[in-house]
Amino acid sequence: MTEYNFAYLDEQTKRMIRRAILKGLTIPGYQVPFASREMPMPYGWGTGGVQVSAAVLTPKDTFKVIDQGADDTTNAVSIRTFFQRTAGVATTTATSDATVIQTRHRIPEEPLHEGQILVYQVPIPEPLRFLEPRESETRKMHSLEEYGLMHVKLYEDISRHGHIATSYAYPVKVEGRYVMDPSPIPKFDNPKLGDMAAIQLFGAGREQRIYALPPYTQVVSLDFEDHPFEASKADHPCGMCGATDSYLDELIIDDLGGRMFVCSDTDYCEARQAAGHKGKDAA
Amino acid sequence: MYVAVKGGERAIENAHAWLAEERRGNTDIAELSIAQIREQLSLAVNRVMAEGSLYDPDLAALAIKQARGDLIEAIFLMRAYRTTLPRFGASEPVDTGIMACDRRISATFKDLPGGQVLGPTFDYTHRLLDFKLAADGEVPKAPSRDAETGNVPHVTEFLNREGLIEEAPHDDTPPPDLTREPLEMPSPRALRLQALTRADEGFTLGLAYSTQRGYGRNHAFVGELRIGSVPVEMDIPELGFAVEIGEVILTECETVNQFTGSKTEPPQFTRGYGLVFGQTERKAISMALVDRALRWEELGEDNVGAPAQDAEFVLYHADNIQATGFLEHIKLPHYVDFQSELELVRKLRREAGAQQVQEAAE
Amino acid sequence: MTPLLSVQGITKRYGAHIGCADVSFDLYPGEVMGIVGESGSGKSTLLNCMAGHLTPDAGQVVFDTRTDGRRDTITMSEPERRMLGRTDWAFVHQHARDGLRMGVSAGGNVGERLMAVGERHYGDIRDKATDWLGRVEIDASRVDDRPTTFSGGMQQRLQIARNLVTGPRLVFMDEPTGGLDVSVQARLLDLLRGLVRDLGLSAIIVTHDLAVVRLLADRLMVMKSGRVVEAGLTDQVLDDPQHAYSQLLVSSVLQV
Ligand SMILES: Nc1ncnc2c1ncn2[C@@H]1O[C@H](COP(=O)(O)OP(=O)(O)O)[C@@H](O)[C@H]1O
Ligand SMILES: [Mg+2]
Ligand SMILES: [Zn+2]
Repeated sequence: MTEYNFAYLDEQTKRMIRRAILKGLTIPGYQVPFASREMPMPYGWGTGGVQVSAAVLTPKDTFKVIDQGADDTTNAVSIRTFFQRTAGVATTTATSDATVIQTRHRIPEEPLHEGQILVYQVPIPEPLRFLEPRESETRKMHSLEEYGLMHVKLYEDISRHGHIATSYAYPVKVEGRYVMDPSPIPKFDNPKLGDMAAIQLFGAGREQRIYALPPYTQVVSLDFEDHPFEASKADHPCGMCGATDSYLDELIIDDLGGRMFVCSDTDYCEARQAAGHKGKDAA
Repeated sequence: MYVAVKGGERAIENAHAWLAEERRGNTDIAELSIAQIREQLSLAVNRVMAEGSLYDPDLAALAIKQARGDLIEAIFLMRAYRTTLPRFGASEPVDTGIMACDRRISATFKDLPGGQVLGPTFDYTHRLLDFKLAADGEVPKAPSRDAETGNVPHVTEFLNREGLIEEAPHDDTPPPDLTREPLEMPSPRALRLQALTRADEGFTLGLAYSTQRGYGRNHAFVGELRIGSVPVEMDIPELGFAVEIGEVILTECETVNQFTGSKTEPPQFTRGYGLVFGQTERKAISMALVDRALRWEELGEDNVGAPAQDAEFVLYHADNIQATGFLEHIKLPHYVDFQSELELVRKLRREAGAQQVQEAAE
Repeated sequence: MTPLLSVQGITKRYGAHIGCADVSFDLYPGEVMGIVGESGSGKSTLLNCMAGHLTPDAGQVVFDTRTDGRRDTITMSEPERRMLGRTDWAFVHQHARDGLRMGVSAGGNVGERLMAVGERHYGDIRDKATDWLGRVEIDASRVDDRPTTFSGGMQQRLQIARNLVTGPRLVFMDEPTGGLDVSVQARLLDLLRGLVRDLGLSAIIVTHDLAVVRLLADRLMVMKSGRVVEAGLTDQVLDDPQHAYSQLLVSSVLQV
């Protein structure tokens, strides 16, 4: 694909995206409108993340892509291949070796370190969207910090179900100012958002928004004092590596309803197995 | 013992190979050429150029071939190609008043200078399957005459001369470009028109139809519909004047709509406008109706809550590439979010179950 | 004493048409002002200008704020005005639907203002909501029901609870009893009178129903064609109207 520029996008477009990223970093949690380009993959399949990655990648970077925590899911493979071809960057599946990690729906289990960039693919960047469909109105609510409605939703959850019934894309407040959608990560991952050493960038292509969390930003999951936020996961150890602290996928293994649980973060699980950890379902 | 599924990469390659084979179909049947698609499926080519926002019949035909006839997929290919093209500049506004018309009709005046020209239209064909076409599609030559030359005045100009229709004042502000700037509300009319000319034909048709059925009715007459080619000129700074760089075929629809007026302002008809690449008249008429419905505010009309009056609703949902991408993305794995929902529902059910047991015991 | 609200020369036109013109008055803390007049006389226009829902073409609406003293609310920034709207001010709409979230439970409706000003204890919010439902005579067992399942009178009482829960210093009401059956109106009026007295509310009540102001208002303004034609103590105006239009208004009521 030599006829395309490094990392596909032309330099002009990358500069425009970088400006949006910088603005996002200076106003953590604020959704910056940007002129999202049409990409050779469908909207909703990571075009926002791909554009952000394209704007931050340099030839020296090592790139990792995960979808649902795994490096080998089809869309992760497809995006990784895209950048191998258009940017020729080195790729890896090892979280600690990567300098740029593009993700859909997960934060790696292994803590990220300074110098790394985590790029999230975001379908709907607006945390208030399902309470208020109008963009013109939600932008006003953010600018005036009118977030009462967000808590009304949590209140309604508790009054109906006894719990806050949001299990992913759980809204957070950034540095006491903007309410932000962390993308559809499970709420298990929410505590990792705050105080992270790496830069976190969020790209929503179809909705034309970029937002960001600089390193060590305060991020608080919304809750009530008497119904505090709880990061939950399936109450099992990983069947392959025995980990008890990782987020798990549930697999159906036979038609009798047999199930097993394994780490959704494939790199984490494999590294543990390589180090000799063994779960009850491992060979 | 469980072995994790691997080999996403191989699966993708194999899928692509199979797709290519399916696209080709039975190899005993001759392959379609780009020229055949361009010449014989020209209305599909036109739609792909219009919604792909790129005027190039050969590329559109290629996209249709590659997309196995899925026009939205073909539009997507055009759009993705288009974004990689360098931008040399913008043309001068085209002048549809000098269009070499293949078709020109008015529903408001029986006759008018320049005359009505039916042109190559399905309008008065009887929709009977023509089995002769199945065997032999060759046709005798249609009668012809010399094209009219010179200006073809717009019907709305005649109305304008009497002050019967709202002025469309000349405006030299460069129009905004939603392929370069994020769409933000409220949007000026020029931006709305750009969004509509790229909009999905089916969506635009449905909205336009809804205005006719009373959801934001605006009493539209097709003042004029014209299809033909216009020269495209570009200002060349080195030369200091504009030169013709080519021709495009356009469909233009101007509707004459319900009048406004008050005690101080005498009643006047209002306008809706549609302009689309290629011979695409269903789209152009739909566009004009939706454009007119979106203008309720500037014309001081009531917002009756009709979908076609709601610019935010219309513009955010009219683009079929955005829509189909997001719609189809729900095919992608959502194990992680689904797992978290699963855990939550199990927990709530456990608690509800425990509560019932307790109530039964009490 | 400093007036809580000073209205100066409020004028609002709709094109060439006058909504209300050159209205001025002061409202003192604890006072209830009634605004009466036939339909179309400009009452709602005036009220919406005062409450910040409409921008008047001329005039001032000076409010004695808690933190910065007297401020013209027309020229203050939108965030400040919206903040007033969810703290010190309350607005009761004629149609409860306009003032309630119909898809949210009664408890959530009452709790919203508490959450908007930062309350974050679910149990406390719910207790306060339940308490307020009691005060407006809605059974506590209905706290999780949506207003769509309530009668018109209950919806209106719920709207009032939702507005008063944060202890606003000024309440705007637009025809709070309009659109309700006569018997339901009487009960609501009774309730409102109790609340006004117990809480020492300052309020501006717009109505075309003189019975409402007779019961609730200390003072009265009579509007006609967008202008105030007479103002005074409620009893004075109702028992001895001076302006011909007020006389007509009062007599037409007496005939009913
Ligand atoms: N949005 C509007 N546009 C134009 N005229 C209006 C509008 N709202 C009210 N009016 C006019 O302003 C006058 C005052 O209306 P309003 O304040 O609603 O009166 P009231 O509340 O006393 O019935 C009426 O003549 C009414 O027709
Ligand atoms: Mg009124
Ligand atoms: Zn594991």
